[in-house]
Amino acid sequence: MRKLLFESVFRQPLTEPAPSPDDAAVAELAAALGQAARRKLGRSLSIREVDAGSCNGCELEIHALNNAYYDVERFGLRFVASPRHADVLMVTGPVTKNMREALERTYHATPNPKWVVAVGDCARNGGCFAGSYAVVGGVSEVVPVDLHIPGCPPAPTAMLQGLLALLERADTGAATS
Amino acid sequence: MPSLIDLTLEGRKVGQYGPWPRVAVDASVWTFAASELAHGRWSLLGLWGESATVHMAIMDGQTAEIAVVSLECPDRKFPSVGKHHPPALRLERTIHDLFGLSAESSPDARRWLDHNRWSVRFPLGGRIDALPNAAPYRFLAAEGDGLHQIAVGPVHAGIIEPGHFRFTASGETVVRLEQRLGYVHKGIDGLMTGASLARGVQLAGRTSGDSTVAYAYAFSRAAEVALDLAVPDRAVFLRALLAELERLANHLGDIGAICNDASFTLMHAHCGVLRESVLRAGGAAFGHRLMRDVVVPGGVSRDIGNGGAETIQAMLDNIRLRFPALVELYDNTASLQDRTVDTGTLTPPLARQYAAGGYIGRASGRAFDTRRTLAYPPYDSLRFDVPVLNEGDVNARVWIRVREVEQSLSLIDQILSRLPEGPTCKEVPLGGEVREGMAIVEGFRGDVLVWLRLRNGLIERCHIRDPSWFQWPLLEAVIENNIVADFPLCNKSFNCSYSGHDL
Repeated sequence: MRKLLFESVFRQPLTEPAPSPDDAAVAELAAALGQAARRKLGRSLSIREVDAGSCNGCELEIHALNNAYYDVERFGLRFVASPRHADVLMVTGPVTKNMREALERTYHATPNPKWVVAVGDCARNGGCFAGSYAVVGGVSEVVPVDLHIPGCPPAPTAMLQGLLALLERADTGAATS
Repeated sequence: MPSLIDLTLEGRKVGQYGPWPRVAVDASVWTFAASELAHGRWSLLGLWGESATVHMAIMDGQTAEIAVVSLECPDRKFPSVGKHHPPALRLERTIHDLFGLSAESSPDARRWLDHNRWSVRFPLGGRIDALPNAAPYRFLAAEGDGLHQIAVGPVHAGIIEPGHFRFTASGETVVRLEQRLGYVHKGIDGLMTGASLARGVQLAGRTSGDSTVAYAYAFSRAAEVALDLAVPDRAVFLRALLAELERLANHLGDIGAICNDASFTLMHAHCGVLRESVLRAGGAAFGHRLMRDVVVPGGVSRDIGNGGAETIQAMLDNIRLRFPALVELYDNTASLQDRTVDTGTLTPPLARQYAAGGYIGRASGRAFDTRRTLAYPPYDSLRFDVPVLNEGDVNARVWIRVREVEQSLSLIDQILSRLPEGPTCKEVPLGGEVREGMAIVEGFRGDVLVWLRLRNGLIERCHIRDPSWFQWPLLEAVIENNIVADFPLCNKSFNCSYSGHDL
């Protein structure tokens, strides 16, 4: 183990430049975020991830956000274990009828101010599962959504762009207040 | 002892079928098959329903013969298989939830996927309105002094899929674990009905995100068997390349994640980097990091991109350079071994009884790998070992995955060096009026089974069976007498699919 640790002192860092926030995402957020956001959040976001029925593809890429390449914690973004600790709910999947109540309860357990980020094509409108007897549809059918990150699943950079846009809006909000 | 061939001679062969026979049998042959399963002479591969028929796929472990037996049930009942052979229980509960066909004298008639939230009962059978006030779900009892219950989920503390675990513990020791699944039931069987093959493969590829290649692969092969379609050689090899890349990415990620559950984050960080390198190579070669929608009926939708083979080769070289040090680190860290050795032990008889596939079965003495046992192309012409251990603990499951990483590296090398030139896809014929096919493909988690029937080129009924169906119940068994804190290790070393199971 010492050898591995020692080597990592000399190896180049694996991280890459941060992607610039996505224009569309910024526009979508403009209406959603209040001016008090920056004051309340600082430059950090605690995220609670909720799988409301996904195939697990989005979760795999959300996991990747934590690997050494994307390393979201360097932006002040952090995944937390409880909705009570969270500013943001990151929700995936076509919401299944069997998960609807759990999603609602998780939303209500998250303190204000809070934002909901819907991740993946299914989370917008049910994707290819829309119309099933077992599926409600998009996340916004159940809880209000502030930002949608498209993709099947979105690549980690796309998610990073969306989340940075969320922080950026929070920043601008503060600057104009 | 009758062979499967004898059994199939008892029944009436049915229409078009895949490489294996499907026969219609009567209730006595059905029950006989169930008792043979119970005596361990055959393995249960699948059990699924239709509006008035139940089907059971069985395999003779000695000879690798496979057959599907079908029983008409006009009075909406069939003799319970689960009564004799517990691995069938959850499958029977599902058949009841979806089709309203009940397993007679089953010891467990509780609902499984149906949580009384669909506003309809038996959605794929004789749909009726849901009950206005369904009784709450009754968990199995565990009684004794000083026992307490711990309820976990469906929303878990990590970034994982939803499901509910009900632990009963005595102090720190788990006395009983009961799972409740079905939270991510999306009704895939229902969506398949009437769909085109193009939509079908899209749905199959979204049944379990980490096995998107395996599902599309199995679905496509089943469709091709039904339509009697041979895919081009280049596609045969590219499919295996995709499947091995998927296996590599998942094993690398999981080896790190298991160590992470023992709070050994260094392994997680390094394995995460290697996993990312596989996903990027997949993205560079096939245009999608998880390689989704690449395998389609008739072949593959995309050829390996410019420079794709070189990117994959560079990724292989890098893993060969870095991985051995990580394996050594795993093997030489006492604190980590302390958590994984003798933890969550699955005994070989139980693995055999449940016909546990993948690394779970192979870590418990069950040398079953469909790439070898059923030897579908191109694996019948590639060199590889199927590693097997008998210890059945978390450590054994880690080692099987380590060995499988090495095998996949070698397989990818062989595939790249032998990749034939030529077309990558064939046009899919519409086929005759009714066609049936079945395929079993080795996903990273184990054997994925797809059975489908086409009518005039559209899907009349498609059943997809994830290996997790026979692995989830085993997780309940292995956690007994372990401490609650070791559950994440046991769970991650199994890494059963929620979405693949719930469908």
